[in-house]
Parts: sequence; structure tokens; C-alpha cells
Amino acid sequence: MLKNFKHEKVETNAGVLLVLTMLAISAGGLVEIAPLFFIKDTMENVPGVRPYTPLEQRGRDIYIREGCYTCHSQMIRPFRDEQLRYGHYSLAAESKYDHPFQWGSKRTGPDLARVGGKYSNEWHVQHMIQPKSVVPESVMPNYPWLMSPLDYADIGDRMRALRVAGVPYSANKEEYQRNVEKFGADVAKTLHIPDARNILVAQAQEGNFDGDRASVTEMDALVAYLQVLGTMVDFSKIKPEDLVKYR
Amino acid sequence: MADHTTGPSPASGAQTTGHVWDDDLQEFNNPLPAWWTYGFYVTILFALVYWVWYPSWPVGAGFMTGIGKVTYVNAQGEEESWHWNTRAKLLAETQEASALQKPYFDRIASLPYEQVTQDPELNSFVVSAGKALFSENCAACHQAGGQGKIGFFPNLTDDDWLYGGSFERIHASIAQGRRGYMPPYGEALNAARIDELAHYVLSLSGAAQVDAAKVAQGKELFNSHAGACYYCHGDNGKGRQDIGSANLTDQVWLWANVPAAEGDAAKLDAVRKVIASGLDKGVMPAWQGRLSAEQIRLLTLYVHELGGGK
Repeated sequence: MLKNFKHEKVETNAGVLLVLTMLAISAGGLVEIAPLFFIKDTMENVPGVRPYTPLEQRGRDIYIREGCYTCHSQMIRPFRDEQLRYGHYSLAAESKYDHPFQWGSKRTGPDLARVGGKYSNEWHVQHMIQPKSVVPESVMPNYPWLMSPLDYADIGDRMRALRVAGVPYSANKEEYQRNVEKFGADVAKTLHIPDARNILVAQAQEGNFDGDRASVTEMDALVAYLQVLGTMVDFSKIKPEDLVKYR
Repeated sequence: MADHTTGPSPASGAQTTGHVWDDDLQEFNNPLPAWWTYGFYVTILFALVYWVWYPSWPVGAGFMTGIGKVTYVNAQGEEESWHWNTRAKLLAETQEASALQKPYFDRIASLPYEQVTQDPELNSFVVSAGKALFSENCAACHQAGGQGKIGFFPNLTDDDWLYGGSFERIHASIAQGRRGYMPPYGEALNAARIDELAHYVLSLSGAAQVDAAKVAQGKELFNSHAGACYYCHGDNGKGRQDIGSANLTDQVWLWANVPAAEGDAAKLDAVRKVIASGLDKGVMPAWQGRLSAEQIRLLTLYVHELGGGK
């Protein structure tokens, strides 16, 4: 068969060309991606990383809905200039519960991987409604509609979908118990799907992210999400050289 | 379509691949220039060297780490090497850069604040390094020049300080953050009483021409247990820096935008709004943990220098 094989046959047969081209391209992808699933040091073993609470997760959905990722990355690379501006470089472990991750590579705006705790809730609200009012040179659009009520009726379904993707939200007693052992009781409570709506409302009211305790708005969810970004790992408790050894 | 006679083209004498379309359309087969061919071989050689020097091919549960090494100092203060990677390189570069800045930071840390400001060399370090830190971390709220934003974030360039303008107070504000709070009076007091309070508050700074009778009633309420304003603002309205209550007797306004309000009625309205709805904002994040102790010290000096540090 090979004896009769002529390159001309590939060039003149679109179907064969398509299949062979795809094979050639996927070889490159496989060599780059597949080994990371087997190399044991890909994911750092650091304490503190937990799945998002229902409110934060809902905020993350809004972040994606509004296309924030088209201008903001969430990936601080291990370079000095980025470290000075944004803080400690991002770890793989910090986005292990992100589906899909929001690393990105387009920075029209700044990286947001460690924006949590950097500004007050009030700043975020004002900045979201009218960015130019606090950062005059900003080119970010206004998002005033975020002050509208948050639809969280389907939060349980959203969490169940993520649970299928591997996020340890608990659907029953056994899973809840496993989360208590893994994350502690305080965190485990926030990951329990049957209680999701109550947990969401409680966090929005207690956190008062949008400056209005009475109603749960999309702003509550988005600011809750932004305020947790990059804050889960306590780097003061990790020696820098230990992270070096994960590479 | 195509026949397969290789060989020189009858028309030009150049080598052809033998592909012929449409009777006489031939595909020439000119050799690549030598420089290009050897350049290609060099890239292959480069790849081989790269594989040996840097981390490259995956092998089982690990990968070829390469023979390149990066040396840095570990937490015990000992030199340590690891195979070349960007994290190790960043650690080494960071340590190198901090070694260059260390003489400055050591002197700034060992000297009292006042002496740092009097040393021209240290002072220029504070101004240049502090400006970069301020722009990245503080300017989003306090604005690029530190002028703040009325209604939201305090001005750092004037000599009015909610929480105090001494080095120690500024340091505490940056390191631990602040949280402003004033209870709302909209439900506890009726509109007339809030109006009287607003009259009194504006009379304290002379910001508006106000009705003297209402001022007198407002003053009484301000200092009574019903109004209880004096708990926080003091019985002369000068505020208390230990709890961050505003000085109402000066011309500096943060929450009620009195300077921009045109006419006495608008000024009164601005003040009435703040009294009625209170304040549950004015949060300054704590920077301890995010910034190093050295950086916070540097920013303290920088902010003190912005305006009327005390």
C-alpha cells in the first residue's frame, strides 16, 4: 500500500488532507499537555485553597457573563515587574476549582489574580458603576446594571454542574462530612448544595458588598468574588524555595 | 492532469518537479539557498542544546530537568540551587534587587522618621520609591496626586487628618486599615431636628449663612443625649482622631460635598443627607501582609510628605 502512496494523493484529496493535518497538529498538543496530567509536581500542595462560596461562584458567573476576561487576566507570571505590581505569582493550585480558569493573556486592564482585599467594597461599587469617576484615565466601560437584583434561584443547579466537573460541593451528608475533614466546618457549610440559597443571602447581607444590606444584587456577588481573588493562600506561611521546587 | 517527467524545463532549463498542469504549467524545483539550509540545521542544533540545558521532555512522572542551575538563598540563609526555572530565577533576581535596596531600607528602618526626612539622599529614595508604591497601591482611591475624592476617599495633601497626621498614626492607618462609621439619624430624629443639626454643623465652619435660631436649637441637640453627636465629634465639633470622627469646624469636607453645593440651601441639604443616612463606608484596606514592613514604612514617609503631615 505504502508503495503506491504518493504525496499527490494527499494534496488532491481534501478528506485525507484534513485528517492527516489534524493528526499532525494534535501530536504537538498532546506532547505539551498530556504529560502535565502525569507529572506529580504540576499542582502545588498548599493549604487554604477552597471552592468558591455560592455568592462568590455566582459573582464569577457574572464576571464571565460581562466578559471581564476579555480585558483582565488572572495570572501573575513569575517575573519581577509583575511581582512588584500585582503581588506573588499565581500558583496552579489557586485555580484548581476554576472551571474554566480565567488566566487569560489579554491585559487591557490590570491583572486581577490578587485584587482581593486591595480595594474597599465601596471603591469596587463606585468603580463598576463609573470607572472614570475613580480612575480618570480608565477606558473601562460603565456597568451600572450590576446594581439590579441577583437571580440566584438556580444556584443549586450551578453548583451541581460544577460538582460533576470535580468541584467538591457536597450534595449529601457523606460528602459534607468529607468537606468538614478537608476544609473545616466553617468552609464546609458554605459548600453544601441543599443550603446554597440561604448561604448566599447570608453572605451578601453580612458582607454588605454593594453598600445596601436590604437587597441581594449582582454587585454583591461580583464584589464578593473579586474580594476573594488571590487571598486563599497565606504566602507568609510558605517558604519561597518550596514553591521553586514545584517546577 | 499531471504527468511525471522530471528534468530540466525545455523552456528555461531549470529543474522541475515533474508536475504539469493545464498542458504546460510546470512546477520548478530550485534548491534552497545554502545559508537557509545551514540556518535550518543550526536551529536543530540549538534545540538539542536547549533540551540539555533547560527543563524539556517529560519522562514518566517527571521530566528532564536540564543541567542549567539557579542559585538563591533559602529561608535558613543558606545558598541553594535548583534546576533552571522561572520561579527560581525570580527568587534569585528578587534577592539581588533587595540587596541593592537594602542599605537604604536598613537606614530608613533604623532612623526615626524625622531624621529620614532630613537626610537628602534617603529623602530622594523615599520620594522615588514611594511614588511607585503609591501609584500602584494607593492612587486608585486617593488619586494620583493624593488629592482624594470628595464623597469617597480622603484628601492626603491637606493638613486635615481624620485619624491623625503623625508618622505613627499614618503608619497605623496604612498597616491596619480603617473603617468609618456614623449611625443614621433619619429614623431617630424627624426632618426638622435634622435640619437644625445641619444648621449648627454649617455654622461651626462658617460655610453657609444660616438661621441663628435653628443653630441654637441644633447646638443644644448636638450636645444632648438625644442627638449625641458630641459622643464622637466632641462638644466643640472638632472631631476625635482616635476614632476618626470628622472635624466639623474646618473647611475640609469628605462626605457632604459642601464646597461644590451652590447656595446655602444646597449646602444644608448635603449635610442633612449625611446626618439622615449615616455612613457605613470609608473603609481603608489593611496593607499589612500585602505590603512588606519596609514598604509600609516607606509609604508612611511618602504620605506624610504629600501634604500637611504633623
